[in-house]
Amino acid sequence: MSSIPILKQRERQIHETGTAPFEMTCDQQSLAGSVSQRACVFCGSRVVLYPIADALHLVHGPIGCAAYTWDIRGALSSGAQLHRMSFSTDLRETEVIFGGEKKLYQALIELIDAYAPQAAFVYSTCIVGIIGDDVAAVCRRVTREKGIPVLPVHSEGFKGTKKDGYKAACDALFQLLGTGDTRDIAPVSINILGEFNIGGEAWMIRDYYQRMGVQVVSVLTGDGRVADVCRAHGAALNVVQCSGAMTFLAEMMKEKYGIPYIRASYFGIEDTAKALYDVAAHFSKDPAIQKRTEELVRAQVTAVVPELQRIRADLEGKRAAVYVGGAFKVFSLIKALRQLGMQVVVAGSQTGNADDYATLRDLCDPGTVILDDANPLELSRFVIEKRADLFIGGVKERPIAYKLGVGFCDHNHERKTPLAGFEGMLHFAREIHTTVTSPVWQFVPFRSEG
Amino acid sequence: MATSDLKADYTLKQIQITPSASATQNACKLCAPLGASLVFKGIRGAVPLLHGSQGCSTYIRRYLISHYKEPVDIACSNFGEQTAVFGGGVNLKLALENICRQYDPALIGVATTCLSETIGDDVPMFIKQYLATQPEESVPPIVHASTPSYQGSHMDGFHRAVRATVETLARERTATEPARVNLFPGMLSPADIRHLKEMTAAFGLTAMVLPDYSQTLDGGLWESYQRIPGGGTPVEEIAKAGDAAASVELGHTLARAGEGAATLLEQRFGVRAARLGFPMGIRATDAWLQVLADISGRPIPELFKEQRGRLLDTLVDGHKHVNTVRAALYGEEDLVAGLACFLTEIGIHPVVCASGGQSRQLTKTLQALVPAAWHEEMTVLEAADFAAIETAVATARPDLIIGHSKGYAMARRLDIPLVRVGFPIHDRMGGSRLLHVGYEGAMALFDRIANALIEQRQDGSEVGYTYM
Repeated sequence: MSSIPILKQRERQIHETGTAPFEMTCDQQSLAGSVSQRACVFCGSRVVLYPIADALHLVHGPIGCAAYTWDIRGALSSGAQLHRMSFSTDLRETEVIFGGEKKLYQALIELIDAYAPQAAFVYSTCIVGIIGDDVAAVCRRVTREKGIPVLPVHSEGFKGTKKDGYKAACDALFQLLGTGDTRDIAPVSINILGEFNIGGEAWMIRDYYQRMGVQVVSVLTGDGRVADVCRAHGAALNVVQCSGAMTFLAEMMKEKYGIPYIRASYFGIEDTAKALYDVAAHFSKDPAIQKRTEELVRAQVTAVVPELQRIRADLEGKRAAVYVGGAFKVFSLIKALRQLGMQVVVAGSQTGNADDYATLRDLCDPGTVILDDANPLELSRFVIEKRADLFIGGVKERPIAYKLGVGFCDHNHERKTPLAGFEGMLHFAREIHTTVTSPVWQFVPFRSEG
Repeated sequence: MATSDLKADYTLKQIQITPSASATQNACKLCAPLGASLVFKGIRGAVPLLHGSQGCSTYIRRYLISHYKEPVDIACSNFGEQTAVFGGGVNLKLALENICRQYDPALIGVATTCLSETIGDDVPMFIKQYLATQPEESVPPIVHASTPSYQGSHMDGFHRAVRATVETLARERTATEPARVNLFPGMLSPADIRHLKEMTAAFGLTAMVLPDYSQTLDGGLWESYQRIPGGGTPVEEIAKAGDAAASVELGHTLARAGEGAATLLEQRFGVRAARLGFPMGIRATDAWLQVLADISGRPIPELFKEQRGRLLDTLVDGHKHVNTVRAALYGEEDLVAGLACFLTEIGIHPVVCASGGQSRQLTKTLQALVPAAWHEEMTVLEAADFAAIETAVATARPDLIIGHSKGYAMARRLDIPLVRVGFPIHDRMGGSRLLHVGYEGAMALFDRIANALIEQRQDGSEVGYTYM
């Protein structure tokens, strides 16, 4: 196993709990040549804004960035479907030499005329700044001419990490905020931040809050609409999931509009219940909310526990490796897996910060390998060393798991199955059960030797 | 609201596609570095390295993995803001070092990106400088392909990487090996490449296939951990390309352009070049086998005559299902040309032939392949996106659409059956195993096309026939 090498410069981004003093490095640009599983700034922006279904998303650059992000996510919309189109200025050599502003302007005018979006986001890709396009100026001009907000997203791929892309997206959203009518918003009201409605998750979560008696003003950005974003400043509280992606916006809203925020996660029964109770506690002036929340949680938990217990009987003692984008999701998954009788032996994220990894260290059992910005070789090495039975990750991690004879659960945005909330926990458990208990593993040579 | 509550209005049909002159909508092409990465994945022990931003490699990896369902490690030199200002030399060197340390590769294939090309990085010089500082034995050969995504499509990246690999590795001709052949198959499936290799071997020929990702991107389970999956053409074999009796280059549009690796070998070492379209259908496969017979001096093996016989028998059995049927085709230009070739042999009229490719060869190529009487009803779209393709298909109302997964939204909106071929297959199993070439490939295609039409008739009938 030790035949799989770890690069010297990467050693400080890997830690095995209980073995040495905890001195993890993170929040760094990926190491050249290391084959990071991360994407780029553009990816971060695209992830956050993608679900806004009635907006035009125009990628300004050569074709790749738009082509690779065409209709790839499971973010559902209850109406408009414009987010599922891929629009690009498809810059050619001529524009690289003479500039792409003219093409950008024309593309915006044509597309806005054709699709009548409520707003347009223009994503800058790597070469846009270098060829000297003034994207903001083009956006201002089109805003004037077409009467809809046209917002530049400063998402040049090389200008930082995926996190900087989140921030660029939040900056664009922040420009929309504060422009909508907030008169009909109740005092007991929230925005759900960092929830992208994968497989309809935002609908489930919104439903929980509504049954608690809490008005949901805006989900940012799942099943998103421009008009909802514009009036999000009218909510009394921001509930932020996926800490990495939208805490930036929550901070900005706190500063400008005085809206407090709390963190939440909807993965696993424990964290979902906690999120709902935390919101109820925030509105403790109305004790009926607390009461309704208790009833809701009780009913939901009662509905899913019997099947979860049956599934647990088959999964008890199995080991899991978790490597996903955000660290917050890792915390929830560790707890959710424990509920299924499973132990996490490898835990990592692409974008965790120092606080996240400290939390992770405290949360994990001794002997767990914690990884920041890992690569396929490292992941393979620790899956083998720690004898994992299951890998939770995204599409890029899937073949690693399968070649090593390990079950796999896709917990990224490409998935089509809702895994959040109480009902989602059941889907999650079923999916893990399906993959881990498959009889095919008995034929995998790697595994049977192992 | 649950997923099941989604009303028909809320589906893809809600989008009214409108073509645009300035924007590309739902591209029918990918960027050049993807094609180059694919080529480098077809060399034994090679690691592709993209000189650009981290997203380039990650997006391309995800796209390829979703189709091939295999590990696809592609490194990146990972530009930061400093790199974009001061140039990518330092990052490239670091990336090369780290790849060597982690992977111990037999070759590193460097493909540039729009970013490194736009800032004007001199990659050949960086590589030269790097090699100069390293002991000769300790570093693998490094191939550089210039693949800015603002030039051409993934196919241009593909062909440039093939040519650059041969240019870098082929050493002086030492002797002519009469049984050695260079095969440049173009962008086909792993199953296609395997089949081409079988056919070549049946003539007693030793083929250097570039690229050969038939195993690296469609391998079995591992006995032990593989940093770089097994398979691919060995570097030493590519080095001997000049010794071959002939090169065979597949793909109509590439043949017309005359810029491929076969041309290079012809000019540099006098290796005879045969240029053919993809061997799809009867005549194209006949021509391909005849070329192999000519090079090897051997008759066409009985095995292929049997396959040809079974194919013809199948085509006769099913001819009424397909004759006069109208189809829309899209994908890479060479694939569209190859498909059109086969379809005309069975009476299917290609009424829309579209590609995002920009070789400017497609119209001419198709006019030469499709009977003149059918030209009037045939719309050829070059450098097209799916907005243009869908508009043309909506007007033509064909019976069938033939292309990759990205045409599914169009097929669904227009309610026309889609037969999946080529790359990418992101919504079905078996993309790697789709066979398009040879008599066997034609038979597989024919069955799938005929069955799609039969299925439509069966499902569309209220009677519910169980016997068709």
